[in-house]
Amino acid sequence: MIRTARNHLSDLKKQLFGQSTARALFSIIVFVLIWELGSKSKDWFGFVTPWLGHVPAPTDVIKVWIGLLTDSSYWQSWVMSFLRVLAGFVTAMVLGIPFGLAIAVSRISYGIIFPSFEVLRPIPPLAWVPAAIIFWPTQELSIIFVTFLGAFYTIVINVLGGARAIDLRYFQVAESMGASKWDVFRRIILPGTLPSIMVGAAVGMGLTWEVVVAAEMISGGGGAVGSSGGGLGFFIWNSYVGGSYEQIIVGMISIGIAGFISSAGLRKLGELCTPWLRKR
Amino acid sequence: MAQEIDKNDFEQNEVVVDRVSKAYGTGQFAKPVVTDCSFSLQRGKLTVMIGPSGCGKSTLIRLLAGFEAPDSGTVTMNHKPVSGPSKERLVLFQETALFPWLNTYDNIMFGPRARGEDTAETKATVEKLLETIGLTAFRKKYPSQLSGGMQRRVELARAMINDPQVMILDEPFRGLDAMTKELMWEYYARLFESSQRTHFFVTTDIDEAIFLADRLLIMTHIPTKTTAIVDVDLPRPRKLTDLFESERANEIKMKALTLLHQEAMKSFSGGSKAAADFVDAYAKRKTENGKQA
Ligand SMILES: Nc1ncnc2c1ncn2[C@@H]1O[C@H](COP(=O)(O)OP(=O)(O)OP(=O)(O)O)[C@@H](O)[C@H]1O
Ligand SMILES: [Mg+2]
Repeated sequence: MIRTARNHLSDLKKQLFGQSTARALFSIIVFVLIWELGSKSKDWFGFVTPWLGHVPAPTDVIKVWIGLLTDSSYWQSWVMSFLRVLAGFVTAMVLGIPFGLAIAVSRISYGIIFPSFEVLRPIPPLAWVPAAIIFWPTQELSIIFVTFLGAFYTIVINVLGGARAIDLRYFQVAESMGASKWDVFRRIILPGTLPSIMVGAAVGMGLTWEVVVAAEMISGGGGAVGSSGGGLGFFIWNSYVGGSYEQIIVGMISIGIAGFISSAGLRKLGELCTPWLRKR
Repeated sequence: MAQEIDKNDFEQNEVVVDRVSKAYGTGQFAKPVVTDCSFSLQRGKLTVMIGPSGCGKSTLIRLLAGFEAPDSGTVTMNHKPVSGPSKERLVLFQETALFPWLNTYDNIMFGPRARGEDTAETKATVEKLLETIGLTAFRKKYPSQLSGGMQRRVELARAMINDPQVMILDEPFRGLDAMTKELMWEYYARLFESSQRTHFFVTTDIDEAIFLADRLLIMTHIPTKTTAIVDVDLPRPRKLTDLFESERANEIKMKALTLLHQEAMKSFSGGSKAAADFVDAYAKRKTENGKQA
């Protein structure tokens, strides 16, 4: 027990102070430096850097950001967006995985369902926003629905592809050892599809963030909770309308961080679920 | 000519393949792979099938296992026609087919668990098997963390734990290096000798064939059938050192090589590159062996 705890600690140390961390820090510092120089060039050097000259400087953004840290409505935006992503994503997983598996294992359900699926799939989730607002009783539900669509198709396609790519011999081996249909499903198809499920989930998670932010902007905040219920997308939109350009940047970076946290968490979860793929 | 088999000798013959033919494709694209092939697997014996690469050995295995049905002829096991896969006939495939998502122990336990036989007795058998194949320390490792030879041993154990009435092995040691291969022969021979079951082993390696076999089936090139049967009456348990020193073993090897050589010459005249290589390789080995003898 103690030994493994120590190992974990040294792993963590390696991760935090390793070469790749150093590179990442370097990359971010250089990026911020160029940005600062670019946006302050008018004051410091007397000329306006194209594009960057019109962007608030990182130091100003950080000042505004620090002010926002104690603002509960800023955090409320985080919570709202996270909840929507979570609701849409989890629904997409809960419905998408069985759905993908069902059309993968049954030729009949594939024949009946897949054509409609393929017709609906190219419609971008955002094109659903007006229809969703009409169909669903609350704005909250319509945003979650659109977010759900963002991840759903990707997850289904990955599950379907993954289940179909399972080596035929695994089925023959299982059958010749007396495995029942149910055994084949839970001991072969499920674990065999898991890596693709994880890939689908990772891509789907990225898509849900894209979609949720856009949907929040379009729908203009959750009516019931006021502007603070609008999420990060509405936070950006509101800052734009209010003319606080620093806040726009804060909102953007917040979404970047939120997306990063979700993918990292998902990756960790994926590694835990598929220990046989770990490199050694 | 193939020896006539006594189809009615069910005491001795566990599996009987009777005038089986199989072609792939239809109409003018039909490609006969097996034609009019007959042989039997004797109860408790290890029958080895040897034939040129690509002659249709794996196809015959699929017919025997019941994954595919013959176009004509019959495959019967203990009087009953083979109509589909069954746990009575277990196949070990040419390529590794371990479940990548299960570790060594769970892979071996797959069959028993699927049949609800996860008992203390089974667990004890798994331990014994792990010991026999020398992988007790690797029980928690996933297939991707094992070497090629280890993977094959786990697969052997995974098949043997089910104690099938007939065990079918399709070139299980192909692609392993020479040293590992010889080690595997000994592991496998030990497993067979303790199992008392009917085994059918397919190979293209003459040393492997003679070391393992009780009976040797020599196959023609594609479309394949049995061209000769050679009895390998070497005492068991066998050791590798015996194989290379025994006069009887060399005699049998020469006989088998001559038959194989004739077969290869026939397909060579058909213009096959693989067959040409085969002729070269075996002609060389034959002269080497001739000098030794
Ligand atoms: N499903 C299939 N469809 C069409 N042709 C096939 C099929 N399976 C095998 N064949 C053909 O049948 C021939 C024999 O194949 P098979 O795999 O049985 O040979 P083999 O003796 O096992 O060869 P090897 O020693 O290389 O394993 C090959 O020419 C192959 O192209
Ligand atoms: Mg083959």
